[in-house]
Amino acid sequence: MADLLEVRDLKIGATAYPPGEPPQDITIVHGVSFTLRKGRVLGLIGESGAGKSTIGLAALAYGRGGVRITGGEVRLDGENILALGGPGIRGIRGSRVCYVAQSAAAAFNPAHRLGDQVVEAAVRHGSLTRQAAWERSRYLFGVLGLPDPDSFGRRYPHQVSGGQLQRAMTAMALCPGPELIVFDEPTTALDVTTQIDVLAAIKRAIDETHTAALYITHDLAVVAQVSDDIMVLRHGHMVEYGPVQQIIEAPQEDYTRELVSVRQIQKQEAGQQSDARIRIDGVDAAYSNHFKVLHDVSVHVPRGQTLAVVGESGSGKSTLARVITGLLPPSKGAVTFKDETLPPKFADRSKEQLRQIQMLYQMADTAMNPRQTVRDIVGRPLTFYFGLRGQEKTRRVAELLEQIEMGKGFIDRYPAELSGGQKQRVCIARALAAEPEVILCDEPTSALDPLVAAGILKLLMRLQAETQLSYLFITHDIATVRAIADSIAVMYQGRVVRFGPKSQVLSPPFDDYTDLLLKSVPEMRIGWLEEVLATRRMVSAGH
Amino acid sequence: MRWRAVPISAWVGMAGLALAIFCALFAPWIAPFGEREVVGDIWLPMGGDYLLGTDNLGRDLLSRLIYGAQTTISVALAATVLAFCMGVFLSFTAAVVGGWTDQGLSRVNDLMMSIPTLIFALIVLAVLPQELWILVAVIAVLESTRVFRLGRAVALDITVMEFVEAARLRGEGRQWIIFREILPNALSPLLAEFGLRFAFAVLFLSTLSFLGLGIQPPEADWGGIVKDNKDGIIFGIPAALIPGAAIAGLAICVNLVVDWLLNRTSSLKGGRGDG
Repeated sequence: MADLLEVRDLKIGATAYPPGEPPQDITIVHGVSFTLRKGRVLGLIGESGAGKSTIGLAALAYGRGGVRITGGEVRLDGENILALGGPGIRGIRGSRVCYVAQSAAAAFNPAHRLGDQVVEAAVRHGSLTRQAAWERSRYLFGVLGLPDPDSFGRRYPHQVSGGQLQRAMTAMALCPGPELIVFDEPTTALDVTTQIDVLAAIKRAIDETHTAALYITHDLAVVAQVSDDIMVLRHGHMVEYGPVQQIIEAPQEDYTRELVSVRQIQKQEAGQQSDARIRIDGVDAAYSNHFKVLHDVSVHVPRGQTLAVVGESGSGKSTLARVITGLLPPSKGAVTFKDETLPPKFADRSKEQLRQIQMLYQMADTAMNPRQTVRDIVGRPLTFYFGLRGQEKTRRVAELLEQIEMGKGFIDRYPAELSGGQKQRVCIARALAAEPEVILCDEPTSALDPLVAAGILKLLMRLQAETQLSYLFITHDIATVRAIADSIAVMYQGRVVRFGPKSQVLSPPFDDYTDLLLKSVPEMRIGWLEEVLATRRMVSAGH
Repeated sequence: MRWRAVPISAWVGMAGLALAIFCALFAPWIAPFGEREVVGDIWLPMGGDYLLGTDNLGRDLLSRLIYGAQTTISVALAATVLAFCMGVFLSFTAAVVGGWTDQGLSRVNDLMMSIPTLIFALIVLAVLPQELWILVAVIAVLESTRVFRLGRAVALDITVMEFVEAARLRGEGRQWIIFREILPNALSPLLAEFGLRFAFAVLFLSTLSFLGLGIQPPEADWGGIVKDNKDGIIFGIPAALIPGAAIAGLAICVNLVVDWLLNRTSSLKGGRGDG
């Protein structure tokens, strides 16, 4: 069969504006080539900045925000679409090649009904009449497993959930009957339990419509479920390209091997778990509009150990951290540090009490003042809590930077001059500077690439072994939990549904929610998705 | 900063500003005649000894303009600086403290803004003694309501950032949060606003002087010179238009520079300035 899409020696450049220097032309994709046959799925995988989205958009002959396609060919059915002018390309985009963006919530216009937006491209291109397009959208809603396909299109974007919105966007891409769809991280922003439904829907829709697809993601386990071939990218270079089976089971390159094995850190669970540093007793909490987010939560974090709090978005796990820090005083119950009950509001706590509990945020970008240097960011707690100044402070900051494996050279940098992983490390150094007993980690690795995240987890583990720190680690990622936890609290709709040592929580018998959560985590193995869906169908048939 | 990246419009603005400030600083040395010196007949035409002619009392118009720059710019600058000190401090306090303090300050500010500025100034200045510092204070208070609006909006965006939360959890006091965490991040929009407010202060002062409530004669000030010479227009004498052009020119120059600053800072949003 002939190739549908053929990308030959694609080169993409952009102009960079480094602070304080003249603009520079940089190359972000260095001669990448691949082919895609009809009805096949190619997974593009790599960390952020690998150029995967840029390559995906190049399949639509599009360069985002100042990005220029500087060389090579993109042939669609033998025709080089890069050589087409504006009208030619417009005829292809949205009719022969469609795009599914990462954030469906931001990509839909909130002022129009979903159905109108889904059929728009097909109608505008004249490939279908409005009536036929609506007909097709109803069929696609059905294929994608959306509730009530006949009336779904009449809803507005805010009336459906995030997972449904992502599926509606897939329907939008499929509606004109394209030959190729580019999926740009369609499930990254979703909870695991939702992700699995969307993945299944996408896979089914691709099978039914025989559309070819480029599937872009940073999660190898996800791409293993949906694609036939995988291309691993790094810094705009192709690292490895081959069938799924070969990449997952017999990776040739070191980088691919690292990616495949990154989820395999495992921490030995601590035996004795009774010496609690922080104890939360029967806490209820509500926001000012009386919306109750925590119901009777009781957990504790033992000394020198890690309590992982797992749950999907909206389960109340971040609220729990806000209660412990005193940002949100509980309406019932108490937070105890060692044997002393902490005042509910942080403003009423002593400096010493504040020092003992430090916080790590998900977005290291916004957790640091962009106008302060690393010296000021890490040094401030030293001055504030311990009165260190001048030489002494500089020496201690250097020590802390050494401890987070970054070295003195970073001391006068601004946050904007650090990479994502380095920023999170500086945040760790700031927390360490206070010499706390407990660090609350609110998804500190979920915005990072897998290899960088693994580095941060290893660092946290090492610091714990060295200084007997306790962590309360909030995450939605079961692999991370396996890697770091001693004990686990599973949260669902503001309640702790399961709490105990790791071995106990992760072994059967499970409650319904934990079971669903554990089964939804993609495993790096081909055919996993089908297995899970098969058992699910059996369960629902049994009911 | 790269000088070559500065657009021509900004250069024009900066040149105009530099000229005005030079006149203001060195007025006694560059003015050909004294500020209050009657040198000839009234409303003499341009040219000869008197480059821009003379005014309604026979004083040299160029000298009056140069001395006027001194008063106009210094009063406007003092009023703007004062307005910013008040506006920024109060608005940041409102944003950081929140709750009733915020409500109280914001509603008082709304109240002030709901009264037309010119009428407010006319009433207050008519009642109070005519002294320079009172004039500066009145302009500053009126301008500070606008600064408050902007300052509060900018600070609210910043107070919800996690680094401010981190500082609060560390136990930092309000002063530290306002001046060390928020102010450096709010500086770009505030600086741009400063330029705009300065231009408005010049215009406002000139308006007041024209109405006879601003700078009092015989001291020179651009708005006042327009007022002195307005009757000349009937006889086809352009003496009133020249200070008017100076006011317009200064306002335009300030805006050109501000436009460029706004462009520069908005493109660096979230990052750090390279200046």
